[in-house]
Amino acid sequence: MSDWRYRLAEQRGTLLAAAIFLVMFVIYVGNHPAGFTANVVQTAANKGVLLALLALAQTVVVLTAGIDLSLGMLFILTNCLGSYIITGSPPTAMLGVVGVLLDGLACGALNGAIVIYGRLQPIVTTIATGSIYYGLALWLRPQPGNSDGFNADIADFMTGRLPDGIPASVVALLLVVMVIWLPFRRSAIGRAVYATGSSEVAAYMSGVPIRRAKFVAYCLSGLLSAMGGLFVTFITYSGEASYANGGTYTLFSIAAVVLGGVSLFGGVGSAIGAIFGALAFRTIGDLLFVFNLDPLWQPLFQGVVLLVVVCIGAARLFRIRNRLDLFA
Amino acid sequence: MTTRFPVALRRIDPAVATAFGCIVVLLLFGSLYSREFVSPEYLLQQLKVASFLGVIATGMMVVILLGQIDLSVPWVVSTGGMMACAATAHGEFGLILAIPFGVVCGIGLGFINGVGVAYLRIPSMIITLAVNAVAQGLMVAYTGGFSPQDSASAAMRFIATGKVVFGIPNALIVWALIGAGAVFLFTRTIFGRAIYAIGNRERAAFLSGVDTQRVVMIAFAISGGLSAFGGVLLAGYASKAAQAMGDAYLLPSIAAVVLGGTSILGGRGSYLGTVAGVILITLLQSILSVMQMPEAGRQVIYGAVIIGMLLLYGRERLQH
Amino acid sequence: MDAAIPIFRMEGVCKRYGGVQALEEAALNVHGGRVHAVLGENGAGKSTLIKVMAGVVTPDKGRMTLEGREVSFADPAAAMNAGVVSVFQELSLIPDLSVADNIVISNPPKRFGLIDRRAQRRIAEQALARAGGEDIHPMAPVRDLPLSRRQIVEIAKALARSPRILILDEATSALTAADVTKVFAVLKRLRSEGLALLFISHRMHEIAEIADECTVFRNGCNVATYLAGTKADNEVVEMMIGREYSHVFPPKAAHRASNSPPILEVRNLSWGQRLRDISLSAAAGEVIGVGGLDGQGQRELLLALFGVLKGVTGEILIDGKPARIAKPRDAKAKKIGMALIPEDRKTEGLMLPMAVGANLSFAALDSLSRCGIIDRGAELKAVEDMIKLLNIRTDGLDVPVGSLSGGNQQKAVIAKWLMVTPRIILLNDPTRGIDVGTKQEIYQLLRKLAESGAAIIFYSTDYAELIGCCNRVLVLYDGALKRTLVEGEITERALVASALNIATGKIATDQREAGARPAFDA
Repeated sequence: MSDWRYRLAEQRGTLLAAAIFLVMFVIYVGNHPAGFTANVVQTAANKGVLLALLALAQTVVVLTAGIDLSLGMLFILTNCLGSYIITGSPPTAMLGVVGVLLDGLACGALNGAIVIYGRLQPIVTTIATGSIYYGLALWLRPQPGNSDGFNADIADFMTGRLPDGIPASVVALLLVVMVIWLPFRRSAIGRAVYATGSSEVAAYMSGVPIRRAKFVAYCLSGLLSAMGGLFVTFITYSGEASYANGGTYTLFSIAAVVLGGVSLFGGVGSAIGAIFGALAFRTIGDLLFVFNLDPLWQPLFQGVVLLVVVCIGAARLFRIRNRLDLFA
Repeated sequence: MTTRFPVALRRIDPAVATAFGCIVVLLLFGSLYSREFVSPEYLLQQLKVASFLGVIATGMMVVILLGQIDLSVPWVVSTGGMMACAATAHGEFGLILAIPFGVVCGIGLGFINGVGVAYLRIPSMIITLAVNAVAQGLMVAYTGGFSPQDSASAAMRFIATGKVVFGIPNALIVWALIGAGAVFLFTRTIFGRAIYAIGNRERAAFLSGVDTQRVVMIAFAISGGLSAFGGVLLAGYASKAAQAMGDAYLLPSIAAVVLGGTSILGGRGSYLGTVAGVILITLLQSILSVMQMPEAGRQVIYGAVIIGMLLLYGRERLQH
Repeated sequence: MDAAIPIFRMEGVCKRYGGVQALEEAALNVHGGRVHAVLGENGAGKSTLIKVMAGVVTPDKGRMTLEGREVSFADPAAAMNAGVVSVFQELSLIPDLSVADNIVISNPPKRFGLIDRRAQRRIAEQALARAGGEDIHPMAPVRDLPLSRRQIVEIAKALARSPRILILDEATSALTAADVTKVFAVLKRLRSEGLALLFISHRMHEIAEIADECTVFRNGCNVATYLAGTKADNEVVEMMIGREYSHVFPPKAAHRASNSPPILEVRNLSWGQRLRDISLSAAAGEVIGVGGLDGQGQRELLLALFGVLKGVTGEILIDGKPARIAKPRDAKAKKIGMALIPEDRKTEGLMLPMAVGANLSFAALDSLSRCGIIDRGAELKAVEDMIKLLNIRTDGLDVPVGSLSGGNQQKAVIAKWLMVTPRIILLNDPTRGIDVGTKQEIYQLLRKLAESGAAIIFYSTDYAELIGCCNRVLVLYDGALKRTLVEGEITERALVASALNIATGKIATDQREAGARPAFDA
């Protein structure tokens, strides 16, 4: 009996995020003029999956007690790169896809190398590398668009719909979770990531490979951001180097991660929670549309909801009886 | 026995020295490109532009010294500018109170940040993000999505663009005054001492009988006020506010503070370093635009320079 | 000592940290099937020695051989792989992972490349049973366990690594007496299996019980190695401090009856389950000790008085008038005048990277300033005076306080509080981990403060201190005040008996059970 109790306690954050999302989604679909149709679900899915992928990427870094403020810019970079090299016949286009993924991996590795071997703090490192990635993106795509011979078939395949009305994007997300996140979580290096974030000192004394864990985390994050960039390329068929978008997506990914129960201090939380956090966050924006509120109020609504949700976490403070527990 | 401020180290902080060194290098490099780069008029112009960033970076420094971060800068800056301009549309009274009103809006937003971090123990990264979103929402709703129509008051324009003393831009004088206030706060007041202590070890500061939560709350309020004041200055400079006027100031303000030798983890740093950091960033951006480097190149160089400099003197010590 | 070849040898090892030579030509021989105890004051190099053995730090010079082969460890993982496993004083457990995760952390069992949780659980259960921790659930997150349970998990973790040499660095400091007995049984069995054990401790009675041979360290080098039991405690302590040891406490003043109300009076203080209905009073000039077994509420009592705990019920009266202490700031106020020397000087007493001067003046800034602006001249003078008064050895006011030795750091914490001229001084185990010389200085200081009219309440885990310094001792058991011992009543026997909550008659067997009768604690 107590086994189940422990398992539940471990997943508390994730379950809460899932619950929040479910509630919001039900409200959304229930009030949508078109109802629970395949189209509605697909549009929602596409937007949600994008943020979910970015939230996944941010989660891996946050678990090591780091942060990736270059995430949005890397996403933009891979988007622009994709619009450039996913061209020609299916084989060349696939090469292009691989190229984009490698680019994400390389940029993630750069972030990791500077943090680990340069011994710089993640927050400033990623601010600077974000600037570099954006510059590269702008160089690739001074104007939004795509290259001649852009292979749209692959794009459609990845964002279309499977039989039974299930959006391909959701399937892709599930695949990513099952093939990448779950094995990672249960691997020795995944546990090393959690250990490093929870207490780097204790991890060192226990012989945990801290540097390798952090490096893998940053590389994986880059790879997942690249998947997000690919996804957007598939939906829009083009690349756009928008500074505002990059910044927004970085901040959204952090909000999703926090909503999903992942601790910014590291060592606690699951990417699945972050995915639910991302989906919930996306749904909030859509709720306005559904309730016919003036779109002018959307940013304020989103901000207030974020503020409120974030403050809910403070409820645990009421249980604190020794004030020293408030301080690290 | 030395009579200097006991918290500062005996030697000059190597970070500050390096930062000033880099400024000299940049000036030399710029002068190679164009003689005009080191002319007094141009330098003063740079200092004036730097003043806006300087005011905002001062607020950011207070928060970073605590070991926190303020990501609400973009829209608090905009709020300050827009609200100050909005006040001018309300008659005589409005014109006089424009500047204070803008600053008070910033202080209010800062207080929300402060309460969240200090009393609700929410990580500063996330609550300032949320407050940024709320501020953006409020401003978008207020202007109806259009650019703000109100114009800046004469006073705003005066402090941002005028020149009173020996041709020195007023904005620079304003920054100097605020900077002097900051230095005084950090070195001569209990509040300032408490900020360093909390950034080092909040637990010990609390057990020493300091109301750490109140200090943190007030620090965020100060940061909000200074960000908003920066927005007021910017609005005065352009004669009106603009929607996303604060966006370009978030990352540079963090970079300026860190390049000046202040540790992002808190508890360590001197204002002189922040001054150097602000000037450095302003000069860098200026050189890149003088060289007519396309935006893409500017971004890459900007990021690379920050990393390069931090690798010089911002590295954490080896733990083992 | 027989001529068995040592399993592990250390020769000529040197290590320097900044300005301090932590190890100077250190040497050590560890034999299989024996428990080798290492004694020494703090700062003598024991900690550094262990860290070098465990691969946490690399020595500047010297060589180490394991089973005849020369070895050097680049990091803890290398040492563990070679079979040198340590149980540290500062625990190496990952708070957010479960007990089982932690036990196998350095080498989890795998299946198809992923961690095999069932095998992991089996290993964990076995290791826990070996370490005497059958009551600990393998899935429990470590951060929810109390300190004593965590220490058992730490020991289980070490055992799961199948060590050739097991190093225990103050591993029993957080354990209850019953736990210590269980752990010693485990260690004795391991010894008979041929394992080499290195045991670092401050507790002479534990060393007497478990050790086969002892080595004394002083100033970074090995000053003596001898068979356990062949030297008297006195001799050993003298070897540790390098000079004549006189077990001297300053003479206590006779208690003067007074008409004025006690400075501090506490009535029916309670806090959840941890403090039950405690009442006490402290008059000017009294030194009151708080004793009992670890974890009976002593720390919580001091924290409650100082305003750190929420939800405390009961009354506190200062000078006969009720007072409300809701946070440390209230306690510090002139009218109440309380000071607390906290448990952990590094994280609660000082801001280590900040300068000595800034740390010292920090609590007293209100009195050194006007309208929030600090009077630097007054601050400087006050700090200099205090450094002279307490004889704090420092390289100037500007250096970070973290560069001071442990004893001087503790004096700095005390100095900080003396600057607010407190009338009630609370101390939370102030001489823990401090060298003997500084301890003496602190005892003298407390006596002087009492004589000048302060009321002192101090919690100590060292019976000798309680006997030597206090006018009265309050023994706590399970959060309640079980017994108050006054003046002549304060003896080891009485302290132990009250700590165990039994009548004095049953002493003999229970004393052995408790294993706690330190005559000399270094």
